[in-house]
Amino acid sequence: MVRAKHWYDTPIRLLGYAILILVTLTMVIPFIWMLTTSLRPSGSEFAYPPQIIIPPNEWDFSNYTRLFTLVPFGQYFANTLFITSLTVAGQLLVCSTAAYGFARLNFVGRDKIFLLYLATMMIPFQVTLIPLFLMVFGLGWVNTYHGLIIPGISSVFGIFLLRQSFLGVPRDYQDAARIDGAGEWTIFTRVFLPLNGPALATLGVFAFMGTWTDLLWPLLIAREQHLRTLELGLAYFNASTSAFTRTNWPLVMAAAVVVMLPVLIIYMFAQRYFVEGISLSGVKG
Amino acid sequence: MAYARGEPRPFTAVQKKPNFWQRFWSRSNERVGYLFILPSFIHLIVFLVIPLGFSLYLSFTDWRGPNFQNAPFIGAENYQFLLGDRRFWNAMKNSIYFTLLSVPLGMVISLLVALVMNQNLKGVYIFRTLFFMPVISSWVAVSVVWITLLDPQVGILNYVLEGLGLPPANWLGDPLTAMPAVVMISIWKGLGFNMVIWLAGLQAIPQELHEAAAIDGASRWQAFRRITIPLLSPTTFFLAITGVIGALQVFSSVYVITKGGPRGSTDVVVFRIYQRAFEEFEFGLASSQAWVLFAVIFSLTVVQVWYRRRQGEETMF
Repeated sequence: MVRAKHWYDTPIRLLGYAILILVTLTMVIPFIWMLTTSLRPSGSEFAYPPQIIIPPNEWDFSNYTRLFTLVPFGQYFANTLFITSLTVAGQLLVCSTAAYGFARLNFVGRDKIFLLYLATMMIPFQVTLIPLFLMVFGLGWVNTYHGLIIPGISSVFGIFLLRQSFLGVPRDYQDAARIDGAGEWTIFTRVFLPLNGPALATLGVFAFMGTWTDLLWPLLIAREQHLRTLELGLAYFNASTSAFTRTNWPLVMAAAVVVMLPVLIIYMFAQRYFVEGISLSGVKG
Repeated sequence: MAYARGEPRPFTAVQKKPNFWQRFWSRSNERVGYLFILPSFIHLIVFLVIPLGFSLYLSFTDWRGPNFQNAPFIGAENYQFLLGDRRFWNAMKNSIYFTLLSVPLGMVISLLVALVMNQNLKGVYIFRTLFFMPVISSWVAVSVVWITLLDPQVGILNYVLEGLGLPPANWLGDPLTAMPAVVMISIWKGLGFNMVIWLAGLQAIPQELHEAAAIDGASRWQAFRRITIPLLSPTTFFLAITGVIGALQVFSSVYVITKGGPRGSTDVVVFRIYQRAFEEFEFGLASSQAWVLFAVIFSLTVVQVWYRRRQGEETMF
């Protein structure tokens, strides 16, 4: 790019790096702090001045072994995995079929119905939370897995996202498949799903994150310990250790690391889909 | 087809628009579409539309649970009560305070970062990965970490402030600083999200405009003022409106960090709704609070749609 050189170009570039480094430190230090605190001896006091990094020979992994004897994190992990995978699978199925209908099938009232869907995106979750809870309570779904899963298996945002992507598939593909005698279900599963992998992955990642880290709904539905999710387990563990005695921070931090780790690992692998999904939600509004 | 007034029109057979049933049974109606949307439609009705109506009804009752038999209909009494409810107004005030503090600050900081990230610096992807980590983190884990970072005795923040010669604070323990601290954590957590949207907006600005400006001798600042800012305005508006709507619904951070305290200084509207419903079991009153919030958010959405229509943009509604 052609640009006249100015005296302030270098300072601006340096300022840019300075901002990046400062922001990076603020972003990263809390995570390092979480990790190193979890490696301190259980129940130890914080040092002052604060030590962000502790030498490897002082690392103490006993918090983690202790944690798994104190709290059934294995059970919580299995619960979270079970609930999350079924929710993600449900959303992918329900949203993609609906998106195919809205994007590519020509039925009477389609656009009016879609408008109704979009209008519901304005409703804050808190408005429906109370009646939803009362309904689920009335159905006897409190303390059940389906009470935790079924309310989350569809999302209007997901339908919107997939519909945008399905609209980009050339109509010729659909017509060609129809001429070959394929039914709509075959076209949907053999043509549209394979062609829209990235959008499906984006929705999958969003649904995964939303469900994995959800606190409010499990807090209301999973009253019994054997149903708790990791997030809920961490919240309860944190509350129980700090209620009567001084909080055992190294132990709590170890629990936080255990809860965060799966999400971070998935994020590292699926980063692209996150960023694409968010850009899409921003641009299309 | 449109005709100018007075222009002669060709004679055509008058075609009546077929009615719903005629269209429904016509050959071009791909009725299988209803089957495709059926699961999502049932879900929408059962888990969204019915609860919405139910919630509106509840807001006119004095239902305190658990039996639906003792749910006396009391008209607008809940709403009248809210007018004089000091805790509700305090929560309203706190929500607005949170919004006014977190949305502009969060937007400016993330724009600054996005501008730097847009400069083709080396290693931008690593930064993007790191900045996004808080976005995907769970609120409970984040709160645990920040509560210790903000500790008045041994926390890092006070240590840094002391190093800079600034006075330390009892961040989460002082009603004056608790809300700014919650805002700070929220900005920290949302920075990556806003930044990605800013970046998408920045990258949509044609490079040629900046090149032309450079050839004309415009300075970086002039180019920023006259090209970047105006062309970013849809993004700015999107972030402002969704930011305000999100900020008015803030709950998780308050629930896990301060539980509304100290002395009600971080008690926000949604936290109030939560406590009214699930701790005090006043489902009717809680529902009316939710509807007041809904009304506010609804009007903001209308403003957004109106603005985007005026800009000639395609909108969802």
